[in-house]
Amino acid sequence: MNDIPLWAEIAAAALLVIGGVFSLVGAIGLVRFPDFFMRLHAPTKATTLGVGGVLLASVVVHWSRGQFGVQELLITLFLFVTAPVSANLMAKAALHLRVPSKAPVPEDLPRG
Amino acid sequence: MMSPLLAWALDFALVAVALAMLLCGWRLLRGPETTDRVLALDTLYINAVALVILLGIRQGSTLLFEAALIVAMLGFVSTVALARYLSRGDVIE
Repeated sequence: MNDIPLWAEIAAAALLVIGGVFSLVGAIGLVRFPDFFMRLHAPTKATTLGVGGVLLASVVVHWSRGQFGVQELLITLFLFVTAPVSANLMAKAALHLRVPSKAPVPEDLPRG
Repeated sequence: MMSPLLAWALDFALVAVALAMLLCGWRLLRGPETTDRVLALDTLYINAVALVILLGIRQGSTLLFEAALIVAMLGFVSTVALARYLSRGDVIE
């Protein structure tokens, strides 16, 4: 249980802190941004990276203990593949429902 | 027992993920649009995966990874179903 080398411990602690900070930043963006399309931006990137950091920390801890397994890498791969797909589907649903956006209407391009 | 550095980092990550889940819950209850609620639910699922993984590190067991994988799959499928219901009015045509 206590046989983790020091470098693995430092790497796992750094990855855990990075993952926690990114998860929190994604949730703060989800609460603070003013309209849906901006809110879609925050959790789909920051929270995915946060979970990726936590999963990599788990890989470091368990592999340095000699418990080799591919489940963490499978979960990481699955989350990184499915996060953009679900974000795209939610954006399509929002466009279909005509969710109001606060983005300014672009000016007309000059002709010619 | 675990070394103090790793225990501190685990505590920090647990508190951060729990706060993130609280904020997602606020957006889930408040959200002015339906799509906001779906987005908050998706983020809540991803944070639940992170929480299960952190519990697995703390207990030193690899048994919880299957649970995390199932939570991730259910979250993706439910998000797809809700988004399709919102955009098509039907989940399976």
